Amino acid sequence: MEIKLFGITKDIVGRDMLPVPANIQVHTVTELKEWLYQQYPGLEKLSALAVAVNQTYAEDGTALDSTKEVALIPPVSGG
Amino acid sequence: MIKLVTTIDINEAYSALQHPEAGGISLFIGTVRNHASGKSGVTQLDFEGYEPMALKEMEALAETARVKWPIKKLVMIHTLGTKKVGEPVVIIGTSTAHRKDAFDSCKFLIDELKKSVPIWKKEYFDDQTVWVNSHP
Repeated sequence: MEIKLFGITKDIVGRDMLPVPANIQVHTVTELKEWLYQQYPGLEKLSALAVAVNQTYAEDGTALDSTKEVALIPPVSGG
Repeated sequence: MIKLVTTIDINEAYSALQHPEAGGISLFIGTVRNHASGKSGVTQLDFEGYEPMALKEMEALAETARVKWPIKKLVMIHTLGTKKVGEPVVIIGTSTAHRKDAFDSCKFLIDELKKSVPIWKKEYFDDQTVWVNSHP
């Protein structure tokens, strides 16, 4: 599974696409965020961090798998 | 008309809003200001978007607005890339039979765009850059 990164999450991770190693089991949005916070503590300091699955805002329990497009959505600031 | 562009064409947006049954057109244009969070000296802004999702969110907001108000024509255009002070970065417009619906629907669309559409703004000051809203 690969995670698309935008805005400040791209700066924190240092790239715009983060592969999740095959030996890491993340089955839900909550598990993904827990893994990310361990790897990149800076992500936990953000005002909020949403996850989009297939270009739609996901819930904590939304299931993830490698066929889905997954992205981190830090606080938006358009307009 | 819903799209992401590098440069906003205000006349194009206005043309897209014209409708023979519309008695009012409301247009909101968001521009780059030279200060932010009490700090002066913003030199430019960079806008980044998750483009396919941003467009989907904008379409969804437009649908919601169309249910709430009798909108004849609707425009949501946001820029991506680098913008200097004074340049337009977003334009929202609605045309309706009567002005109240145009004002109200236009305000709804820009307010909601700022809450949910995945676009990010980086402010450039002389001495630092800041991703807006990122930290408490």
